[in-house]
Amino acid sequence: MMEHIRTPKVENVRLIDRTAPRKAMVGTLYLSATHTIFVENNPETRRETWVLHSMVASVERPPTTPSGSHLVVHTKNFQVVQLLIPQERDAMDVQASLARLSRPEKYSELYCLSINPNANKEEREESWSFLDLQADYRRMGVPNNLWVSTPANSEYRVCDTYPSELFVPKSATPPVIVGSSKFRSRGRLPVLTYFHQDTLAAICRCSQPLSGFSARSQEDEQMLEAIMKSNPGSDYIYVVDTRPKLNAMANRAAGKGYENEDHYANIKLQFIGIENIHVMRNSQQKISDVGELKTPSMGDFLWGLESSGWLKHIKAVLDAGVFIAKAVAEEGISVVVHCSDGWDRTAQACSVASVLLEPYYRTMKGLMLLIERDWVSFGHKFSHRYNHLEGDPKEVSPVIDQFLECVWQLSEQFPCAFEFNERFLVQLHRHVYSCQYGNFLGNSQKERRDMGLRERTHSLWPQLWKDRAQYANPLYRADHTQTQGMLRPNTTPYCFKMWKGMYNRMEKSSPPRQTPTDLLTAVREETQQLEEELTNHQEVAPGGTAQPGTKQEDCNPDKSGSN
Amino acid sequence: MEFAELIKTPRVDGVVLRRPFLPTVEGTLCLTGHHLILSSRQDNTEELWLLHANIDAIEKRFVGSLGTIIVKCKDLRVIQLDIPGMEECLNIASSIEVLSTLDSVSLMYPLFYRPMFQVIEDGWKSFLPEDAFKDLESMTEEWRLSDVNKDYSVCSSYPPLVAVPKDVDDDTLRKAAAFRHGGRFPVLSYYHKKNGMVMMRSGQPLTGTNGRRCKEDEKLINATLRAGKRGYIIDTRTVSVAQQAKARGGGFESEANYPQWRRIHKAIERSSILQESLIKLVEACNDQSHSMDRWLSKLEASNWQTHVKEILTSACLAAQCIDREGASVLVHGTEGTDSTLQVTSLAQIILDPACRTIQGFQALVEREWLQAGHPFQQRCSQSAYSNSKPRCEAPVFLLFLDCVWQILRQFPCSFQFSQHFLVLLFEHTYASQFGTFMGNSASERSKLNLSQKTVSLWSWVNRPQEVERLSNPLYEANCLVIWPSVAPQSLLLWEGVFLRWKRSSRCLDEAYDEMVHIIQYNKELQNKVNNLRRQLAQLETEEPLLQTP
Repeated sequence: MMEHIRTPKVENVRLIDRTAPRKAMVGTLYLSATHTIFVENNPETRRETWVLHSMVASVERPPTTPSGSHLVVHTKNFQVVQLLIPQERDAMDVQASLARLSRPEKYSELYCLSINPNANKEEREESWSFLDLQADYRRMGVPNNLWVSTPANSEYRVCDTYPSELFVPKSATPPVIVGSSKFRSRGRLPVLTYFHQDTLAAICRCSQPLSGFSARSQEDEQMLEAIMKSNPGSDYIYVVDTRPKLNAMANRAAGKGYENEDHYANIKLQFIGIENIHVMRNSQQKISDVGELKTPSMGDFLWGLESSGWLKHIKAVLDAGVFIAKAVAEEGISVVVHCSDGWDRTAQACSVASVLLEPYYRTMKGLMLLIERDWVSFGHKFSHRYNHLEGDPKEVSPVIDQFLECVWQLSEQFPCAFEFNERFLVQLHRHVYSCQYGNFLGNSQKERRDMGLRERTHSLWPQLWKDRAQYANPLYRADHTQTQGMLRPNTTPYCFKMWKGMYNRMEKSSPPRQTPTDLLTAVREETQQLEEELTNHQEVAPGGTAQPGTKQEDCNPDKSGSN
Repeated sequence: MEFAELIKTPRVDGVVLRRPFLPTVEGTLCLTGHHLILSSRQDNTEELWLLHANIDAIEKRFVGSLGTIIVKCKDLRVIQLDIPGMEECLNIASSIEVLSTLDSVSLMYPLFYRPMFQVIEDGWKSFLPEDAFKDLESMTEEWRLSDVNKDYSVCSSYPPLVAVPKDVDDDTLRKAAAFRHGGRFPVLSYYHKKNGMVMMRSGQPLTGTNGRRCKEDEKLINATLRAGKRGYIIDTRTVSVAQQAKARGGGFESEANYPQWRRIHKAIERSSILQESLIKLVEACNDQSHSMDRWLSKLEASNWQTHVKEILTSACLAAQCIDREGASVLVHGTEGTDSTLQVTSLAQIILDPACRTIQGFQALVEREWLQAGHPFQQRCSQSAYSNSKPRCEAPVFLLFLDCVWQILRQFPCSFQFSQHFLVLLFEHTYASQFGTFMGNSASERSKLNLSQKTVSLWSWVNRPQEVERLSNPLYEANCLVIWPSVAPQSLLLWEGVFLRWKRSSRCLDEAYDEMVHIIQYNKELQNKVNNLRRQLAQLETEEPLLQTP
């Protein structure tokens, strides 16, 4: 990458605070193979600002002014860095370098693949065994006498965008599996993603059927029948098509479409109306513009919020999750979810439903596993959607952004229900784009295997886990009533807010605001130290002096269920 | 008793009550002079005890002989009563209508209310201007307390005692009063201890179209300036509104006559527009359509958040002039009883940490709203549901509370009180058993002899158990000026008031309890550890004695 750096160092650069343009820091700008680094001249503070090249979304250069050339760097996580460079020549060089550095053409140019894989070999190998997806299926009680593992997709024979290990109804025979796969777009046949042990209902996912106007497949019909029969208490299933009905109908002309209720016995078809990736891409552009408005009036802001459509889309995704979760937990009915290819809206709907249904997915490790399952293993096209390599801009879309935002909106409604805080979600979002770790490279399990990512890169998950103290929600308590069971969010429009922590972050100069999360975290840390000190005192001073500490357990917030 | 004539049917059995978030109750409905009561008569607990004064509007519906009355309250709650029997239903409805719109002050509930709690400290005496002035005297000698208005003859909406510059005599005050709307001559609102700058407030100057001037008025406000210093006049109206006021005898301070002052115009809307805005906002919150576009466009069209932003911006400006520019400020709009008070009171929240305590906030409300002559009775006689044409109603004080909530949300550790206190004040301004918010001015309250005949809200609030309920567990005294963000992205809809009856707050309440629990547990442990440390220290001093023979 070094060859793309036209100028590695520029002096007397100003880093401009957009909220207070007069308060600029003067310093030196460095371009490295991986980062743009600004170091303040002030010898007392020497503040550093680092921007990873892979996080750069765009670099604009407004017309040169007498004081120099401005460069406005927008990052993929909605931060803006504004620089003033004295010489136009330097500014043009930096812009050109960054334009190239931020758009790698090959995977090998990415940060995580540029490091020596053997440097920390053991640590690297360990990092990939941090999460065990199969253990999560076992935690759900799968396999069991209803759902079994099938070898059908070993070596990705029936579907190259699916994981090699799939769970299907026990009664689904190999011909049914293969036949159903042939009748589904890109071979993405209906398979299990979540099993609800209390009701024995399941969430299955797939892509749209190749039904056109009249085609049918006996095997596919048998597959859905088998799914229904895998839930002993029910006599029908829901098929949730997460697309707007009109879109689904339009697909029939291309030989695709949706299930004909006359051909499939005992299904209830439900359209949800989540828009496609192109609509979402434009919508996010608009909401990020709203977040960046400099001094908008309240009318500008609310109008911008409305016309971006963003919150409407977030609501649609959450509504899809709520529908599925209710079907599974309250009605005890299994659900088959699909959209077109079954890797965007389907991933959103299934993972939101899992978060609603299962307290475990509201913990840090649980959310990691959920992303690993519904997104990574089931072939969500990370590298295409998040523009890891210079590619087709029409493939880019903030699909997982919307999932993470749904989780954030939920955490606002259920402040005690999530083990993690907002920072965790923001950090996850960042790493989906950053390519610092190998987890999200490529577009399917097969691609990642072929690239040998486990051998060449590190996994993000243990790193996040190591830093878990800073991602903890101080209000979370595993035994709190809010933590238990299914979440039933209110999805009335007024319950949705703009995610300020994502789209309107505080600029550098503004004083740090008081946040209850930080304060409570500090209090809890102090509490822990006090507890330790109490224990020590009791050991040091036996007999009478230990008395004041003996009631300790009565008021320990982690042990009592007093609320 | 007059009430008896108004109550056509005092009692109906078999009435079904439906309320937000609570199970349906069947019981006996009773009407008294001041209350609508519904009791299931099980263990004698009343399920509903609603002040007629809290009822904003009612609707009647009939299905066969079953009547339904929808009661819409001023605190924005909506409840439903299913009443068997058409005649009973009609009687109840018409009685409620009459009882909830009684105009006669002498029939108002606070005059009949007898407290069930022991009054430890009489709230009517808690915040006397004389006491407030003692604090000021300890900081500066440049001000005096004038009793020029002792019989309310100079200004009917001012209290008998006001703080004015020491060098200005009462005669000058009288002349300045004649030049100001409603006789509201410039008086001291706030003294900034840090730099000795002040904030004053008044009514608009009565310059009229031919540019009248008043030397005494000029002298009065110039007396507050230090030598060579300029001050700022914040006119809460836009330039064009202020210009138009000239035609009606009002106006603003011209540069020529007030050369030491710089005038800045803001755009806080007048009260009738605010009332319309409240009605639209509440209507938006009640929209059942579930459409995001519709909600956001209705929220925008209500303009409520725009008002919040404008008021906060103006308050920040006033605070900035005082704290950052080191200049004194005069604030006024037209009458000086609405937008003026929003600005002066919020600026104090920003500047003065004392106003962020429970006691200090009461003192602020007492000083800047009650004593300052905000016409509570007129402004709060109807709320968002009323069908009758608004006369003087306007949510001026509610907007102030909303702005305080916005600052509280941005600085969650800087206030001694939680939003419960703000919600409580909102409720009591619209309907209350206490006399605090009755009348429109100190003079009216004094004529009604409210301090003798009614109980003060502050007497209730300042009991230890209530103080505890209203306290903010996160509070850590912060002696700094706090600058709120007024960016629209930072301002939220006040759920605690506007969505209070629409969405359950259970999960948020649980989070609040959890927070309290974490902090309390920490405090308990701190105490224990401190005890132990003390005992250890004691042991260590004793031990050497034991060891030496």
